[in-house]
Amino acid sequence: MNWKRLAAFLAIVIIMLAVVAGTSPSLVKDIRLGLDLKGGFEILYEATPLEGGEKVTPESLKETARSLEARADKLGIAEPEITTEGTNRIRVKLAGVANEDEVRKVIGEPVNLTFRAPDGTIKLKGTDFVENGAKVEYDQLGHPLVTIKLKNAQLFEDVTRSLIGKTLAIYLDDTMISNPSVNSAISGGTAQISGSFTLDEANDLKDKINMGALPLKLTEKYTQSVGAQLGKQSLHQTVEAGLIGTAIILVFLIILFRVPGVVAAITVITYTWLLILVFWLMNATLTLPGIAAFVLGIGMAVDANIIMYERIKEEIRSGKSLLSSLKAGSKNSFRTIMDANVTNIIASIVLYWVGNGAIRGFALTMIFSILVSIVTNIFLSRLLIQLLIRSNLFKKPSYYGVKESEIREL
Amino acid sequence: MNFNTKIRFDFIKHSNKFFIFSGILTLLGIISLLVFQLNYGVDFKAGTNMDITVGKTTTQAESIELLKQAGYDKVKLTVGGNNNERVSVRFDEVLPQDKVNVVKKAFTDKFGAKASFEVNVVSPDMAQELGKKAIIAIVVASAAIMLYVIIRFEWRFSLAAIIAILYDAFFVVTMFSLFHFEVNLPFIAAVLTTIGYSINDKIVIFDRIRENLRFGKYKTKEQLSEMVNASLWQTMARNIYTVAAVLIVAVSLFLFGSESIKLFALAKIFGLASGAYSSICIASPLWLILKSKEKKKVAAKPKTNP
Repeated sequence: MNWKRLAAFLAIVIIMLAVVAGTSPSLVKDIRLGLDLKGGFEILYEATPLEGGEKVTPESLKETARSLEARADKLGIAEPEITTEGTNRIRVKLAGVANEDEVRKVIGEPVNLTFRAPDGTIKLKGTDFVENGAKVEYDQLGHPLVTIKLKNAQLFEDVTRSLIGKTLAIYLDDTMISNPSVNSAISGGTAQISGSFTLDEANDLKDKINMGALPLKLTEKYTQSVGAQLGKQSLHQTVEAGLIGTAIILVFLIILFRVPGVVAAITVITYTWLLILVFWLMNATLTLPGIAAFVLGIGMAVDANIIMYERIKEEIRSGKSLLSSLKAGSKNSFRTIMDANVTNIIASIVLYWVGNGAIRGFALTMIFSILVSIVTNIFLSRLLIQLLIRSNLFKKPSYYGVKESEIREL
Repeated sequence: MNFNTKIRFDFIKHSNKFFIFSGILTLLGIISLLVFQLNYGVDFKAGTNMDITVGKTTTQAESIELLKQAGYDKVKLTVGGNNNERVSVRFDEVLPQDKVNVVKKAFTDKFGAKASFEVNVVSPDMAQELGKKAIIAIVVASAAIMLYVIIRFEWRFSLAAIIAILYDAFFVVTMFSLFHFEVNLPFIAAVLTTIGYSINDKIVIFDRIRENLRFGKYKTKEQLSEMVNASLWQTMARNIYTVAAVLIVAVSLFLFGSESIKLFALAKIFGLASGAYSSICIASPLWLILKSKEKKKVAAKPKTNP
C-alpha cells in the first residue's frame, strides 16, 4: 500500500470534481446559445451593386456589413452577429428578437441616399456623408429641414459649382425627396434637404439617413427563423438526450472495466467540463448540431479509453505485471488513438471548410472535442491509472476486468 | 506464431459472402436512387420549410385544413413529435416574408400564442451551391483521409479503407433513399462524420494487422488470412464496445433529442452500424486480397534473397 500515491489520486479526483461541480452551473449559464436554441433569425444576403456595371468590392461588402451592424445596434438588439462570406454575401444573425417582421424590414432596407444631376448621374452617395451627421433644423420661416454633413467639403463645393443654374435632386432609394436648384457653389460641407416636411417626416428622414446608407443592394438568399419556444424546447430535449446517453455510457464503462472504468468515468466528466470551458473561453456559440457533436464527442472520448484499457487488459493477460502492462498498453494504444483522431480531425476540417452557419459550429465542436479528448482521455486517464496501480491498492487482475485463468505464464 | 485468441468465427473464409451481400446492398441503393431518388429538403431543393410546434396534440387533417385556408392546398405535411404536437410543412416555392406571416397567422389563430415556428427559406441558386459543396466535401474528405493513411500505413490499407468508407457513406444514402427520409444539411454532416468514425474503426484494426505483420513472417495466403482473422478478434472487444458506446449516444439522441436532430441521429445510427460491419467484413478482407496478390509476385521471383 502506497498511501502517498493514493492520496495524490484522491486529491486530484476530489479537486477536479469539486471544480467541475462548482463552476459548471455558471459556465453553462454563460455559454452563448445559437438562435436555433433561443429563438431568433438568420438571413443570408447576397449583395449586388446599386448601379449596374460596378463591382462588389471587399471594402463595400465590409462597409455594408458595418452599416447593418449599426442598424441592429440602433434597434437595441443585443449581440448581433454580422459576418461577410465569400465575395458577395453577408450573414446576419439576430437572436431573441420579438418583433421579427419590423426588424427584418429595417435591417434589409437599403435607404440609399443619392444626390443626382438632372441627367440622372449620381454625384454624391450616402457614403460621402458623415455617419450620424444628419440633423433636423429649421429654416428662416420655421419649416423643418434636414441637414447632412459631408466627409469631404471640397467635393460638395466642386459638385455644386459644376451644377450652378441646374438642379441637384436628392433621392432616397429611387424616390426623389427634393429637387433643389443650385444657385452657387456651396462650401463648408453641409447640405440641406428641404421640402415641405412636417416635423415627423423630417425626423423620420433624419433617422433613415443616420441609419446609414447601404452601399450595396441586398437580396435574401436564405433565411431561418426560430421561435423562442421552439428553441428552448430543442435545447431542453437535446441536452436531456445527451445526459441520458452519457449516464448509460458511464455505467457501461464501470461494469465493463471496473477500476479503469471508474477512471474513465472521471475523465469523461472532466472532458465534458473542459469542453464547456473551452467553449466559454472562446465565446463560441452553441447550436443544436453543436450539442449533437458534443454528445457524439463523448462517445468518441470513451473510445480512446476503451482502446487503451483493452490494450492494458491484453498486456495483463500476457502475464506482465500491472505496472508494465499499463506502460506497454498505453504506449501501444497511443499510436492507434492518434491515428484515429487525426483522421477524424481531417473530416471535421473539411466539414468546416465547406459548411456554413450551423454546420461550421458542428465541425468546430468536433475538432475541439477531439483535442480536449486527447488531453483528458489519454494523458489524464493514464496519470490516474498509474497513481492507482502504484498505490498498490488494486492489485488483483479482476479489478481490471481480467480473470486469473486468462493470464498466461510468461 | 501462435495467436492465443479464441477464434469463434472465420471472417476471412466467409468474406465472399460479405462482398456479395454488400454488392447487393449497393446495387439496391443504385436502383433506389434511380427509382425513388432522394427526398431533398429545402437545403438542396429551394423552397420553404416550416416546423411548427402547436402546444397540443393535433392531426394532419387539421393542419391541411389550416393551410388550405391560408391558400396552400398542395404542400407536403407531416405531423410528429411528442404527442403529435409538431407539424412540418414543406412548400416547394420560396415564400416571401408576408406569405410566411399569413401561414403563421393561420396557426396562431387556431392554436394561440403557444404555437412556435421555425422557418427556413432557401433560394434556388443557394440550394444548388449547397448540393455542389456537399459532394465536394465528401470527395475532399475522402481524399485527405486516403492521403493520411498512405503516409501512416501504405496504399493497400488506404485503398481498402477508402472503398469500405465510401460504401458506408453510400449505405447511409441508400437507407435515406429507400425510406424516403429528408436529405438536408445536417444529413451531410452525418455522412461526413460517418466517414470520420468509420475510418477510425478501420484504423484500429489495420493498426493491429500492421503490428502483427511486423512480428511474424507470412509466406502463404493461409498464414496471412489467419493473421488477419486473429487481428480482427484481438480488436473485437474494442470494436464492439466502441460501437455500442457511440450507438447508445446516437440512439438516445434519436429517441429523446429534439425533432430537428432526429434525422441526423438516424443517419448516424445507419453510418455507425455500417462502419462497424464494413471494418470487419469489407475493409480487412479487401486488404488481404490486395496483400496476397503482392505475395504471389514475390513468391514467383527466383531466389535472389537468402
